[in-house]
Amino acid sequence: MRWMEAIRSAFSAIMANALRSLLTMLGIVIGVAAVIAMVAIGSGARNLVDSQIRSLGANLAIVTPGNVTQGGARLGAGAASSLTDEDARAIRREIDGVVAAAPFVQGGAQVVAGGSNWGTRIYGIDLDWFSAREWDVATGRTFDPEEVRRGDIVILLGQTVARNLFGEDEPIDQIVRVRNVPFRVIGVMAPKGQSAFGQDQDDVVFVPLDTGRRRVIGRNYAKDRSVGSIFVKFANESDIEPGIETMTALLRQRHRIIGEQEDDFSIRNLTEIANTATASANTLSMLLAAVAAVSLLVGGIGIMNIMLVSVTERTREIGLRLAVGARPRDILSQFLIEATTLSTIGGALGIALGAGAAYLVAQLAGWPSLVSTNAILMAVGFSALVGIFFGFYPAQRAAKLDPIEALRRE
Amino acid sequence: MALIETRDLSRIYDLDAGRVVALDSVSLDIDQGDFVAVMGPSGSGKSTFMNLIGCLDRPTGGQYRLAGTAVESLDAAGLARLRNREIGFVFQQFNLLPRVDALGNVELPMIYAGFDRRTRRERALQALGRVGLADRAHHRPMQLSGGQQQRVAIARALVNSPSLLLADEPTGALDSRTANEIMALFQELNREGVTIVLVTHDAEVGRHAHRLVRFRDGRVMEDHRQTPVDARDLAPEAAE
Repeated sequence: MRWMEAIRSAFSAIMANALRSLLTMLGIVIGVAAVIAMVAIGSGARNLVDSQIRSLGANLAIVTPGNVTQGGARLGAGAASSLTDEDARAIRREIDGVVAAAPFVQGGAQVVAGGSNWGTRIYGIDLDWFSAREWDVATGRTFDPEEVRRGDIVILLGQTVARNLFGEDEPIDQIVRVRNVPFRVIGVMAPKGQSAFGQDQDDVVFVPLDTGRRRVIGRNYAKDRSVGSIFVKFANESDIEPGIETMTALLRQRHRIIGEQEDDFSIRNLTEIANTATASANTLSMLLAAVAAVSLLVGGIGIMNIMLVSVTERTREIGLRLAVGARPRDILSQFLIEATTLSTIGGALGIALGAGAAYLVAQLAGWPSLVSTNAILMAVGFSALVGIFFGFYPAQRAAKLDPIEALRRE
Repeated sequence: MALIETRDLSRIYDLDAGRVVALDSVSLDIDQGDFVAVMGPSGSGKSTFMNLIGCLDRPTGGQYRLAGTAVESLDAAGLARLRNREIGFVFQQFNLLPRVDALGNVELPMIYAGFDRRTRRERALQALGRVGLADRAHHRPMQLSGGQQQRVAIARALVNSPSLLLADEPTGALDSRTANEIMALFQELNREGVTIVLVTHDAEVGRHAHRLVRFRDGRVMEDHRQTPVDARDLAPEAAE
């Protein structure tokens, strides 16, 4: 039987029992929806992790000041700046696998250029920052070592700041004022986009570490050489865990912390945050995979059941088709096509539902939603396979009918 | 040459209750252009005989040639092809597809013959015209009277220009006036050269045929020619 005829006849058979067909499809709809949502959420989470790593820099740990005990009162984390750029230098020098250790201070500041001004975050950084964060300038240049050493009054603007202060104009070599100190703009940073937490990472300016410490960041650092935090970049992911251990020992020694005394700093592995996100996405994916498997199985059995009913109901029709010249093969393919059409329509509905669910989850979790062509093809393939697999037995029963008995059946 | 030749044709059923000889060594020839009524009480073997010459069933013994083809050696697909090309069936219950209009029903045998859409449409309309239903092409079976439904079924049986029209109690579900109309249509088709074998238990229907074959206990009990086969009518499909 010609394919088009078989598909047309399948549609008319499905439409003749629209409600029954719809109920039969439900299992497939839910199964395919779960597959689509699973793939979308999985790849969404993966993308999130990727972008996190991309915007933060790969293989990164961060050393932050811990709590400090002063006269029996435990002040919270970050209450005191216990870290210094000497610590950063020691880490760079002594810990295996470290490619950069970037100490920095940060604060808020109003940046003024001519008639316009803009409130933003200001960072005091040294040269390691650029390699640790894998972040370079788009135009102009970064600091040179002398500028950092002397604490020159030069500044790098993030894209957002440059745009808000200068619009289309060229910011390089212009003067901007921060706390009345006139800084010369030497470069504009490459765009970074939003962070994983929705912050605009381009809304920022950078000055040399000493310049920031002495002239613009109003915070009262305990010691002259103290810093806010230190980004530590490792060459390989496998270096991070042992590196954190030796780093802890090194800093305890440098800060003269002995025995049971608490650390006055803490070190976090930033790839772990990404790993946690991946792990929870994987758990969700597994759950959806289980739902998908069960639903597709139940849906397939539903299709088999309804096709058996259909074969029984239409025995006379089958007998007639055989009498007018249908070969058993024609009957087989007719019912297979009908089962496959049924499951594929279910699959299409499931794709719509799954895409909707993925979008919803993405909105709630703040993840990028991604319904890929691959996932859709996979879903269509799956549902068609379910139709063929579970439609085969009923179709075979139809094809094996004896024309005489089929015609005689009421 | 005879269109249908059976030699010692037998059909034996091995049932749990024992052996049933439904057809017992029947040798019968039917010529092209003939109009044969097969009669007999139920259980006489007339239905078995019809199923065998209709290629719906295979004999357990003997030979059967239809239009020169040895049927007993064919497999299911071969039988299907033969039914499709050489035989048109007309049933008591019409057996039309309820969801498809008259035209679609008439097209059905041509789908399995592999004709394209346009040819199917053309020929189906032609066949419907031949049974006087050209204006009902887009009516569904439910919208047609019993007699009209049977006409659609006859158009369907004729559409592949088979050498044999096989009718099983074609008037059994119709009132007598409509039955007469259908029998008149059969006679007209026969005059146009269509070979017709009609199974019935209605003596009135049997009287219209040119030859009467009566079965009893799986054997031919009586073979009686009522009207001679007119030589003029032997040219197949001449009227078309």
